[in-house]
Amino acid sequence: MASAMLSLASACPSASLSAHENLKVKLKPGSASLSFSKDKSNLFYNTKSSSRISMVAAVNASRFEGVTMAPPDPILGVSEAFKADTHESKLNLGVGAYRTEELQPYVLNVVKKAENLMLERGENKEYLPIEGLAAFNKVTAELLFGADNPVIKQQRVATVQGLSGTGSLRLAAALIERYFPGAKVLISSPTWGNHKNIFNDARVPWSEYRYYDPKTVGLDFEGMLADIKAAPEGSFVLLHGCAHNPTGIDPTPEQWEKIADLIQGKNHIAFFDVAYQGFASGSLDGDAASVRLFAARGMEILVAQSYSKNLGLYAERIGAINVVCSSADAATRVKSQLKRLARPMYSNPPIHGARIVANVVGDPSLFNEWKAEMEMMAGRIKNVRQKLYDNLSAKDKSGKDWSFILKQIGMFSFTGLNKAQTENMTNKWRVYMTKDGRISLAGLSLAKCEYLADAIVDSFHNVS
Amino acid sequence: MWRFMGGRFSRSTRCISSSSRAFGWWEHVSPAPKDPITGVTEAFLADTNPNKINLGVGAYRDDQGKPVVLQCVRNAEAKIAACEFLESNAAAVGSKLVEESAKLAYGTQAHVVKEGRVAGLQALSGTGACRLFAELQRRFYPGSPIYLPDPTWSNHHNIWRDAQVPERSFRYYNPITKGLDFAALMDDVKTAPDGSFFLFHPCAHNPTGVDPTEEQWREISYQFKVKNHFPFFDMAYQGFATGDLDMDAQAIRIFLEDGHLIGCAQSFAKNMGLYGHRVGCLSVLCADEKQAVAVKSQLQQIARSMYSNPPVHGILLVSTILNDPQTKALWVKEVKVMANRIQLMRATLRERLEDLGSPLDWENITNQVGMFCFSGLTPDQVDRLVREFHIYMTRDGRISIAGVTTSNVSYLASAIHEVTKYDQEASNIYNISI
Repeated sequence: MASAMLSLASACPSASLSAHENLKVKLKPGSASLSFSKDKSNLFYNTKSSSRISMVAAVNASRFEGVTMAPPDPILGVSEAFKADTHESKLNLGVGAYRTEELQPYVLNVVKKAENLMLERGENKEYLPIEGLAAFNKVTAELLFGADNPVIKQQRVATVQGLSGTGSLRLAAALIERYFPGAKVLISSPTWGNHKNIFNDARVPWSEYRYYDPKTVGLDFEGMLADIKAAPEGSFVLLHGCAHNPTGIDPTPEQWEKIADLIQGKNHIAFFDVAYQGFASGSLDGDAASVRLFAARGMEILVAQSYSKNLGLYAERIGAINVVCSSADAATRVKSQLKRLARPMYSNPPIHGARIVANVVGDPSLFNEWKAEMEMMAGRIKNVRQKLYDNLSAKDKSGKDWSFILKQIGMFSFTGLNKAQTENMTNKWRVYMTKDGRISLAGLSLAKCEYLADAIVDSFHNVS
Repeated sequence: MWRFMGGRFSRSTRCISSSSRAFGWWEHVSPAPKDPITGVTEAFLADTNPNKINLGVGAYRDDQGKPVVLQCVRNAEAKIAACEFLESNAAAVGSKLVEESAKLAYGTQAHVVKEGRVAGLQALSGTGACRLFAELQRRFYPGSPIYLPDPTWSNHHNIWRDAQVPERSFRYYNPITKGLDFAALMDDVKTAPDGSFFLFHPCAHNPTGVDPTEEQWREISYQFKVKNHFPFFDMAYQGFATGDLDMDAQAIRIFLEDGHLIGCAQSFAKNMGLYGHRVGCLSVLCADEKQAVAVKSQLQQIARSMYSNPPVHGILLVSTILNDPQTKALWVKEVKVMANRIQLMRATLRERLEDLGSPLDWENITNQVGMFCFSGLTPDQVDRLVREFHIYMTRDGRISIAGVTTSNVSYLASAIHEVTKYDQEASNIYNISI
């Protein structure tokens, strides 16, 4: 009965349906999970009538009944916990976002200038091409490799604007999954927490290579080489270009040479994550040395870049994926495939951050100003490292060598504190940090160094 | 030793000096085909002919053919420039945007919003919102296909495919009537297995401009209850169908009233002209608040490994506009202006074609709704329009009316007439009237 009603109505879609108003409807037993109230049994609605038919229908059970809570993000979760804390002495050394000495977020002057320029010009908001803003891509590749680099002159770099480091890594991961199915990515132990998520979601298998040596609080270089050597030929080796996150421990130039030798020998491909160019040494060129070393050897490499930290553009999501290929033709093809991966993710990337970067990095005087601000930010972190070290040495009577704090590079320091000790830092001292013992020096002021030193010494010696 | 798929290409074990290496890592990467939509703009930009017209991508143009930044957006920009945004506030701003977007889609008084049953996340415009949903679907309903209308926006196919969700289609457009094939649509809804996921355009269907009527939506909603299907709405053109934002969301409101727990992708690209800022929202309606929190956490996780967080500038603009009554009122007016201009161009184009004595029936131009018109032009005719007249559109014959202006409409009409006036086959079809 019901189906006959429906098919009759279906045959004349544009006919007025008021003819059906008075028909009663009987549903076949078990044919539907609805119950119908007999006197409101109009199956079809006449839009002109003022009384709405209400279907006595149960709200469908949600399709997503079985969805469980995802675990809290280990890094962002720290900031959330910090916000909830009401103690005055609390200190947030969780996320790697730069803070001033007054522990305030910092908008770079060059960024403010660029945004004012953009506002004055009143530019339009049209879609960018899938690969992003051309001016942005150009200055970004040049920032990384140097404008005179042969890879640039020979047009061998496929550069595609991405959503900061994460988005750029994801595009690269998707490219690997599509063109090197089954190939593994080797990631350092430890590494940034989100690397695993990115490769998991992109369905790229990964394994770890030894990196951090807790005994020396330094690099386990032999372990690193051994694990890279043991991996199947043609693996992708994820390297932090500078200012390793979370440890702050970078290979020396000589060690980089040996790593490059090994990667070439094993026919692996180097995959750099450059999130802190400028923050390691204060020099933008200096911090790109590892990438340039590999490029100079003629190696094909992948490089993900982010402007979140060095231009303070965290929230604008601006970065790029660069693929250095052996020929300009290959670069063109690779770029076209990166676009094909980006289109079903977000169609085209956001304009605002791209324009800021193009304006700052592309303008000689703003670029110089930026370099100065970069040195200032990196300088503040170096000062804080020094003061923390001085305080630790003074307060710790055990004679423990804290000099690793000075040797580590960039925003982070791996304190060597274990999970229980880290919990003590938070519960007793209200110092928020990630459970792996990482502290973000960007969130530390000179004024708080003494307090932090007390906390670290207490946690290290009195908690196990 | 590593071999590529079937041993067609194998790596050598020894790496000689790379500069002399004949093969690189990317030898097996073929050039990707041009995107059927953005490729049109690329070709258009490369053309130097002064009469060229771009009717490709769905981006609004004013009557001078220029891109438009809405005044409400300029006002919002000035406001934002005055305050320093702290990235620590990103989460709060994002949540506010979700709430405002939900009100726009579901109604300002919607119970689902008040009861906290909306699992929502800001997304990278409509594309990003659809992709988040596709990933959610695969995660929690692995193997379940998505039913897409035939035809649909070309990128829908890419999105669900890259999310590894199998695709099915349901009949939608009738090329003979240039209208909705409702009987076939309902048939496909009924024959699909119970509990299937369907995608609908709630208004201003892209590419056809053909929307179901209110009665038809109610029938679809009823049948969805019977079949326990999941309705997913991709709303990219709210405001562009009728000029009225609430009216354009009517299909969604009908489903809501009928108790469906829908999914909805929203985009602010067109109706706020924020194309390049990538602002949108994905919402999934849930049975209770607890579930909404759980679903949202899963969406956040999906987003975290794709791009971590969405870009804030566009979010601030949308938030500023929607939260200030004056600016919002201005926005509503400006949307109407855009919709009206498009409706005027539709009427004008049809008139010109009829004045030229075209043998074809062009009422589809004014019947169809929104930014696009499915012209019925064949790929060959489209190619002729490009070659001979420098008029660019996608090969399915979709015209973006937003690209039509009072200065180019006559040229456009003449060109279309030129390639269709001897269209005997078409004339014959139209002689057998339905």
